[in-house]
Amino acid sequence: MNTPTTIKEGKERYQPGVMEYAKMGYWEPDYMPKDTDLISLFRITPQVGVDPIEAAAAVAGESSTATWTVVWTDRLTNCELYRAKAYRVDPVPNTGPGTNIDQQYFAYIAYDLELFEPGSIANLTASIIGNVFGFKAVKALRLEDMRIPVAYLKTFQGPATGIVVERERLDKFGRPLLGATTKPKLGLSGRNYGRVVYEALKGGLDFVKDDENINSQSFMHWRDRFLYCMEAVNKASAATGEVKGHYLNVTAGTMEEMYERAEFAKQLGSAIIMIDLVIGYTAIQSMAKWARKNDMILHLHRAGNSTYSRQKNHGMNFRVICKWMRMAGVDHIHAGTVVGKLEGDPHMIKGFYDTLREERTLESLENGLFFDQEWASLNKVMPVASGGIHAGQMHQLITYLGEDVVLQFGGGTIGHPMGIQAGATANRVALEAIILARNEGKDIWNEGPDILKQAARSCKPLEAALMTWKDVTFNYESTDTADFIPTPTISN
Amino acid sequence: MRLTQGQFSFLPDLTDDQIKKQVTYAINQGWATNIEFTDDPHPRNTYWEMWGLPMFDIKDAAAVLLELAVCKKAHGSQYIRITAFDNSKGWESPRMSFIVNRPKKEPGFKLIRSEDEGRNIKYTIESYATKNPEGERY
Repeated sequence: MNTPTTIKEGKERYQPGVMEYAKMGYWEPDYMPKDTDLISLFRITPQVGVDPIEAAAAVAGESSTATWTVVWTDRLTNCELYRAKAYRVDPVPNTGPGTNIDQQYFAYIAYDLELFEPGSIANLTASIIGNVFGFKAVKALRLEDMRIPVAYLKTFQGPATGIVVERERLDKFGRPLLGATTKPKLGLSGRNYGRVVYEALKGGLDFVKDDENINSQSFMHWRDRFLYCMEAVNKASAATGEVKGHYLNVTAGTMEEMYERAEFAKQLGSAIIMIDLVIGYTAIQSMAKWARKNDMILHLHRAGNSTYSRQKNHGMNFRVICKWMRMAGVDHIHAGTVVGKLEGDPHMIKGFYDTLREERTLESLENGLFFDQEWASLNKVMPVASGGIHAGQMHQLITYLGEDVVLQFGGGTIGHPMGIQAGATANRVALEAIILARNEGKDIWNEGPDILKQAARSCKPLEAALMTWKDVTFNYESTDTADFIPTPTISN
Repeated sequence: MRLTQGQFSFLPDLTDDQIKKQVTYAINQGWATNIEFTDDPHPRNTYWEMWGLPMFDIKDAAAVLLELAVCKKAHGSQYIRITAFDNSKGWESPRMSFIVNRPKKEPGFKLIRSEDEGRNIKYTIESYATKNPEGERY
C-alpha cells in the first residue's frame, strides 16, 4: 500500500478533472473518530491493480460527498465536514496470496453525524449502502459492522415493546417463549388454519405464527384468517388460563392496507402482529410507531435477508440488519438457531443475539463485533430461533441462545406422530425440564439428553418426539464466519 | 383443567426440595423472591395478593420455604406462586415466576362469545371459580 498525499483544500485540490479519492480527503490515516461519528466497517475486495487505500477512500467518497470528478461546488460548502474519512485499512486474515480467495481488506470509515437525518433508517442506508456497492473499482464489497453513536440512536424510537414489557404483558418469565409456524405454508383455508393454531396453543405453545408469505391469497383472505386465528387464540387461552398469541402477518402491498389489517388485529384483541423485512425500512419504522401507539408487539420475519447477508465477500452482514432493526423498532426478529436447518455459526449468532439483547456490547472479533456499541436505553429485541429445530435439541438451544428468545418449532410441533397438541406439549415439557435443571445447577450441555429422557418418563408426547427426531441434525459448514487472528494470551 | 401459568406448570408439581433449589438460584442471581396468592387465576390478573413484602435481604432459601409453609397454612386452597424480581438496569421486572401450590380442583375458564357486527366476536374469559365472592372460591 502506498500512502498518497492528501490535498484537502486550495486551488490544487479543485483543478477540474479526475483525482484519486485518497488524495481528495477521503483517506485520513491520522483521523481520530469522534464519539458522535458513525463508523462503518467494510470488507473490500479491490479490483486487480487497485490500491486498497484508494479503494477504501473511494468507498468513503462514494458513500458521502464524492462523485467521479472534481467539482468546484464543493467549495461552497464546509466540505471537510461532509466527507467520510477512511482512516484504517487492514488486510483480512486468511485471504490473498497462499489462499484461494482474493485479497480482502477491512476498511474503517468515519462519517460525521451531520450527514444523517434524525430517526431515518432510509436516509442512513441511502448514504452508506446507496450507490457504493456497484462501484467498479471494487470487485466486491460487504458492510460488516457499524458503530452507531448514542447521539444518533437517541433520535430513534427503538422497539415498540421490548423484551421486558413483552414478558410482563404475556405474564411469562424465566424461560424462552415457545412458538410454531403454521404448516403447510400455503393452501390451508382460514378454518383449517385456525385448527392448527388452536391445537398448538392448547398443547402448550405461547405463540403460533403466520409464515412470511401468508398475506391474503385466494385460498385464504386475510380477514378470514384473522377471525379464525383469534377464535383459536381465545379458546386456547380459556383452556389453559395463559395469555396466548398468534402473529398476524399484516404485510401487504401498500401502507394503507397494512394499517387496515393492523387495526383489525387490534380490534380483535390480538397481542401481536407481524411484518416481513421485504416491506422496507420506512414501512417497518411506520409499523413500529403504530405498534407503540396501539400496545402491540411487533414481530419481524427477516424474509429476503439471505439474498445479501449470506455470502462473505459481498452484501452486508446480518448483524448490521440487527442494529438497524433495533433502531427501527421491531420487537422480534429471526436471528438464527445455531443447530437448525438455516445458516448459523455459533459465534456469529452470539454476536447477533448480543446486539439485539444487551444494553451494550463490547468489541469481540471472535463474535464478529468490531466496535463497542452502547445502546442508549433502546429497548431489547427478542430474537427468534426458527427452522429445523426439535425438542431433542432443547439443552443445546438453551445453552447457545439463553432464555430471552422465542424458540419456534414448526415441523417439530405439527409433524409430531401423535398430533399437534402432543407436539406442543413435548416441546413445552422439554423446555421446562431443561430450565428447571439449569437453575438447579446441572450441566445441561452434557446431561441434557438424560434430563430429557427422564422428563419423557412421565410425558408420552416427549418420548415420541425424542424417538422420531433423535438423529436429526444439520451439520453443514457455515459460509459466514469470523475472520480474525486470536491474540495469544499468556496463561499462568 | 390444569392452569399452566408460570415456568414449570407442565412438570409434575414441584417438591419442597425442588422449590428450594429454584429459590436458591434466584437468590444467587441477586433477585428478591416474593410469595403471592390468589383465587382469581384469570390470565390477565397481574396482581396476585402479596404475602408480605418481597424478601430483599434474605440470603437463605430455607427462610423463603418457611414463609411459604405459613402462607400455605393460611391460603392452601388457593394458587400460590413465587416470583423473583431483578432490580438491575435494563430489567427492573420479574425474572422468574412459578406456581408452588394449586387448588385440589381447578374448574378452569369459560369462554364467552358475544356476536358483534359482521362476523366479529368479542371474547371474554371468565373463571368458573370467580362466581363466588373472594375468599369463598376454592
